[in-house]
Amino acid sequence: MSDQSVPLRVQDLTVAWHRRPVIWDVEFDVSPGRLVGIVGPNGAGKSTLLKAVMDLVPKASGRVEIFGRSWRESRHRVGYVPQRESVDWDFPVSVLDVVTMGLYGRIGWFGRVHRRHREAARRALEQVGIGELADRQISQLSGGQQQRTFLARALVQEADLYLMDEPFSAVDAATEQAIVEILRSMRAAGRTAVVIHHDLHTVPDYFDSVVLLNMRVVAEGPTQQVFTRENLERTYGGRLTLLEEATEALRRQERRL
Amino acid sequence: MSGIFQCLNFAGQLRAEDGSWLLGVADSVWVRLSSLLLFQHYNTRVVVLGALLLGVAAGMVGCFTLLRRRALVGDALSHATLPGVGLAFLLAPLAGLDGGSRLVLLAGAAASGIAGAVAILFIRSLPRLKEDAALGIVLSVFFGAGVALLTVVQQSPTGRAAGLDRYIFGQTASMTADDAWLIAATAALTALLIAGNFRSLTLLCFDEGYASAQGYSIPLLDLLLMFLVVLITMIGLQAVGLILMIAMLVIPAAAARFWTNRLLVMLLISGLIGGVSGFVGALLSAVFADLPSGAVIVLTCGLLFFLSLLFGGERGVLVRSLRRRELAAAIDREHLLRGIWELREPLAERSAAEIDRRAASFDELLSLRSWSVGRLRSQIRHASAEGLVWLNSEGAVELTRRGVMEAERLVHHHRLWELYLITHADVAASRVDREADAIEHVLEPELIARLEQLLLQRQRSGGLPASPHQITGVSTQAAGVSLQEGQQS
Repeated sequence: MSDQSVPLRVQDLTVAWHRRPVIWDVEFDVSPGRLVGIVGPNGAGKSTLLKAVMDLVPKASGRVEIFGRSWRESRHRVGYVPQRESVDWDFPVSVLDVVTMGLYGRIGWFGRVHRRHREAARRALEQVGIGELADRQISQLSGGQQQRTFLARALVQEADLYLMDEPFSAVDAATEQAIVEILRSMRAAGRTAVVIHHDLHTVPDYFDSVVLLNMRVVAEGPTQQVFTRENLERTYGGRLTLLEEATEALRRQERRL
Repeated sequence: MSGIFQCLNFAGQLRAEDGSWLLGVADSVWVRLSSLLLFQHYNTRVVVLGALLLGVAAGMVGCFTLLRRRALVGDALSHATLPGVGLAFLLAPLAGLDGGSRLVLLAGAAASGIAGAVAILFIRSLPRLKEDAALGIVLSVFFGAGVALLTVVQQSPTGRAAGLDRYIFGQTASMTADDAWLIAATAALTALLIAGNFRSLTLLCFDEGYASAQGYSIPLLDLLLMFLVVLITMIGLQAVGLILMIAMLVIPAAAARFWTNRLLVMLLISGLIGGVSGFVGALLSAVFADLPSGAVIVLTCGLLFFLSLLFGGERGVLVRSLRRRELAAAIDREHLLRGIWELREPLAERSAAEIDRRAASFDELLSLRSWSVGRLRSQIRHASAEGLVWLNSEGAVELTRRGVMEAERLVHHHRLWELYLITHADVAASRVDREADAIEHVLEPELIARLEQLLLQRQRSGGLPASPHQITGVSTQAAGVSLQEGQQS
């Protein structure tokens, strides 16, 4: 059942929240060394899926295995890139401070930040192409530079599985290209990335496989087989009236509890 | 206030015979102040030191609550300590303890503060109830319970003697050496907890989601932060009182934000501001015996905040307006240089000798842009002070050699950007001058390099790109006319 070579296995995952979005019976496997895109309309539960994988939101049912173990046991092998808008970019820290946060797990609760940690953080910043901004305060960064900072923070973790929440949203063309190159070099190094993505045009170019998600998995598999017009229409077109009504009923019931 | 009057009366009697009444007042206050400043009285030393340490600790903890955007949690928690004080007084005798003992009362305060913290976290976790509701409910219910309990306590003679109501507004004068030790120990504990959890707390405040994904427990860290707030409130009750405690937790941190962009420095500055406020406040309320210490400490805090807001080195009002003015001045200077250069551009092509004589009369320049006579004059003055222009014998503004070089650089940038807007952004040629104007002043070197790479391959090698539009301004047309005449002849 549990397979240590599978970076991410999601089985029968349902998240029912007192507010939307909700995901139902989501099931898919991610093979090692692949770039996987999660694609679907707004409110399809893409972010919720990632958060449920990381135990950030409670699961109603289902299980998640990361390299054959639970999230808690494999946490150190996972790098997370949250949405850029989720934090206050006016916070009094430098770019290097933010990247160093990726090493906190390794440094430990009472350990000290050594020079080698800072050097690792600088290397990660060089890798994403903003090495010269290391000592800037984060409020001086552009949107693309913010995204690169988050990416560097995940890179410095040297994780085996990366979960990224819309790294391409509202970044400049140069940043988008830089992110793609980093993803490809990750793949070349045998790492795996699961990326929430919005821009349908670039999906076949960027990802080896896709998960088409709209509250449930519409289709998943290698991009050239699954990323078809028909599947996209099923994902984006036609609202799931019945499922929505059921969700609404569930919510009403929950309110009374 | 009556303390001041007593003091005045005393001095008046003393110096009444020689008539220098006012001098006497000053003398007397000075004598008291100097004896305080030299800490000749043991009690003053205790009080001032206690208030100082309290301020330092509160300032540091306040940084994190402010950055967590939970500044008002401090207010709810400080109010939540009151029922603990009343209950401790009433129940301590049952356990064989002295209800009037400070330690017992403060332990009660801390316990009910922690209960308040747990209540906030619980209410917040309920669906459809948000933080503000949780804070409002906990603050009012706990404070209400505290007021009711205190009323009960006040009805007994021992209760009245215990003077529990001093915890509401604070009274440094009642502080003893034991209290100061307690404050010192608690402040040290706070500092230790912050140092030990500095990274976790930073991560909690900056990026909750990432912290959680890294395995940090958010509720536990929130509870730790609230525990720190309760500790601070507990030791602050005596000096500042629970109603004004929030000031010590918010104001120093908010003031420190104007001085720095680094968290560790912010923590230190905030501690310093809190410490100075505690020190000055306690000192003043010792000099003027009846000035309420809590209010004076908070007012000092407020004053320091106001000063930080104005003069803060990183984001203070003054620094920001200076930066703005600097930028505006730089833009004006660029306009002036480019204006002179462009006015004489057609002439320069006619004769090589004209290249070195880039001059324009004041009126020509004035008609170039919508700037006032005064503003243009001061720009010319500034530019000539910098050695970029000089007033030649004909009274025209002429570029110096350095001025020409600078102007050519500016024209180069401006034209590049105009070209880019026309060829890549489809901006109409008639509008492009204004658009380029808005952006060119912030162009960074690497952006210029990319623009050059993009646009100049197609241009003839060397020299500046030609302006894609007719340069506006009355005298330019005149220059154009004279150029045509030159060609005809």
